[in-house]
Amino acid sequence: MNKKFKFRLTRRAFAYPYMIFLLLFVVVPLVIILINAFLDDNSKFTFANFAEFFTDAGGGLTVLGNSLIIGLVTTVICLAIGYPCAYFLAKYHASNRVFVLMFILPMWVNFLIRTLSTKAIFMAMDVDLGMGTVLFGMVYNYLPYMILPLHTTLVSIDHSYIEAAEDLGADKLNVFLKTVLPLSVPGIVSGITMTFIPAISTFAISEILSSSKIFLFGDAINMHFSKTTNSFGVGSVMSLVMLVLVIVANVIVNLTSKDEEVSSVL
Amino acid sequence: MDDKIIEIKNVCKSYSDKPVVKNISLSIRRGEFVTLLGPSGCGKTTTLRMIAGFEQPTSGTILFNGEDITTLPPHKRNINTVFQKYALFPHLNVFGNIAFGLKMKTIPDGEPKTDKNGKTVQKMRHLNKAEINDKVNAALKMVDLEDYGHRAVNSLSGGQQQRVAIARALVNEPQVLLLDEPLGALDLKMRKDMQLELMQMHKQLGITFVYVTHDQEEALTMSDTIVVMKDGEIQQIGNPTKVYDEPANAFVADFIGESNILSGTMVKDFCVEISGHRFECVDKGFKFNEPIDVIIRPEDIKIVETDDKNCLVEADVLSCVFKGDHYQVTALTYGDERNEIVIHDNVEVNAGDKIGLYIKPFDFHIMHKSRLINELEGEIWEENVVQMCDGKFPCVSSLEEGTKVRVKVDFDDVELTDDEEDGTIGATIISSIYKGSYWQYIVRTDTYYDFFVDNDYEWSIGDRVGIKIAPDKILLEEVRDEQEV
Repeated sequence: MNKKFKFRLTRRAFAYPYMIFLLLFVVVPLVIILINAFLDDNSKFTFANFAEFFTDAGGGLTVLGNSLIIGLVTTVICLAIGYPCAYFLAKYHASNRVFVLMFILPMWVNFLIRTLSTKAIFMAMDVDLGMGTVLFGMVYNYLPYMILPLHTTLVSIDHSYIEAAEDLGADKLNVFLKTVLPLSVPGIVSGITMTFIPAISTFAISEILSSSKIFLFGDAINMHFSKTTNSFGVGSVMSLVMLVLVIVANVIVNLTSKDEEVSSVL
Repeated sequence: MDDKIIEIKNVCKSYSDKPVVKNISLSIRRGEFVTLLGPSGCGKTTTLRMIAGFEQPTSGTILFNGEDITTLPPHKRNINTVFQKYALFPHLNVFGNIAFGLKMKTIPDGEPKTDKNGKTVQKMRHLNKAEINDKVNAALKMVDLEDYGHRAVNSLSGGQQQRVAIARALVNEPQVLLLDEPLGALDLKMRKDMQLELMQMHKQLGITFVYVTHDQEEALTMSDTIVVMKDGEIQQIGNPTKVYDEPANAFVADFIGESNILSGTMVKDFCVEISGHRFECVDKGFKFNEPIDVIIRPEDIKIVETDDKNCLVEADVLSCVFKGDHYQVTALTYGDERNEIVIHDNVEVNAGDKIGLYIKPFDFHIMHKSRLINELEGEIWEENVVQMCDGKFPCVSSLEEGTKVRVKVDFDDVELTDDEEDGTIGATIISSIYKGSYWQYIVRTDTYYDFFVDNDYEWSIGDRVGIKIAPDKILLEEVRDEQEV
């Protein structure tokens, strides 16, 4: 009679382990964070956590603003350095993967180790740790994520478009501005996504490379959940804000890339 | 008549020492429709790309209106190209694609002025929006796509993209339009329509067209002049009638239209002998008993009764296929050697019938053979072994080791083997021509020597084969080093 659920080994069954994993380690924690955001120290329902964050009582909003600015600056610098790199890699060494590898290689070393060694180098050079060093660390960390998608896009641009532009009277500069650049927009968009979103939520880098002087959003969340402060409520609110930011960023990126498709389909 | 717009002089092009275009000279008259015709890999596209400026010749010069443009970059040439796969910019709509060239262009602004140093200065300006609009719309109208300006190029059909590509090139009012197999991607019906349209545009605009194709029918239909190319060399330049009726050599005859290519000898002026039969022809000036190639077009052979007074030779019908406007008859002629020939005629015959054939004297196209014997340089490796083309061939010789020799091998003494390993050296078939009773192949060794081979079996172009030669068929002749003497 209890035949409501009968386990059958179909192909679908192979997805169950991951579904369970997803439920346990993604959905449940998110729900816990959501609940936490509305609880005070005595586990009573409250809006105080939101009030505390959005009135900037603990400096949370300021930190968020700083993070966004640093994220933005990092992305811009990465794009400014990464695009020419990717362009020349694609142009002169399209077949030579070794050169590309040299730019990707840093990704193979654990980022904490990389950051700590960067700090050691700066200290040895007597450089004051502060905003400059943090930005350097961020750019150094996220540059490969900018170059890789750009390179992939630039390499795949059909050479006949460039010849067609030359044929129609475009000199080198115009070939670049009127064909290569517009055709590499998808690469630019995905490069920005892969740099900006991790950059606004990063922690360790700012902490290590500024000797904890510069405090970013990721650091703030980290602090709220650490044992000493034990203010899970505010930390949860900040996590939610972060989540919303990531979603918004993704939506914007999707919209721009969809615009690309739309304009080429219309 | 002598108004040459493009002159190509002794142009060679090699890619990492591999020659693609070998010493080509060609002049193109203003307003002409010239077609570069040849099989793939014959260097026709490379030639076109050198005219456009995408490739630079390894040596030689290209003149445009009498000026040397050999090293001029493409954007400074008043030449536009329609690319094989159109290369329409995917990020621009149809209007944007066509306007691209116009936006790059600068035109003289006002009258030339004299500046304070006494030099004449011409102010230049870009075209304004209205001018670009007018020109683009006129171009769209010319290719029948008036309402398509706002459309994305990816949403167009192949034929429409083709038209946009043509409009994009022509809107710049180039002096020469280059077309690189532009109709290759279209279906047959569309291709025929576009052929006619292109011809019409050519007539209306009076621009010089240089057209690249491997389709001989397309070339015959559209061109004023056909340049037949093979292996980086020009085989023949002429108008379609001439190239079709008087092919310069067996390759051109085989490539353009269907043809029967037979071996024969010129016994005297106006008389050719094929397989023991003598025929009257209109050619003269050949050496006595010179071996020649005879080309006869299938439609020039008439089927007659065997007892007809016009009957020149008798043949057995092998097959007869209805082709719409004619019957294609394959027949085996009688003679010392029986030749298989193809006939296009309006008479229906049956397989096994005995028929007579009549050919008018001027329909025998006689041409010199490009080579009578394979002749190459070699060196004696050891007793009874000669080295040539990086292979060691057994031979009959008592010459000393290291002697330089000239080697001669007859076409039918070169044996081909299916398996490359079975031959003394490996080689690739690069040309095959059916000669009535056997195939004549040109087989290229890895050292780039071309063997001519007569063989009864069929191989395809591109096949790898082995080359074997019987020891007693290798004729050796010592080469004396004249400098030493």
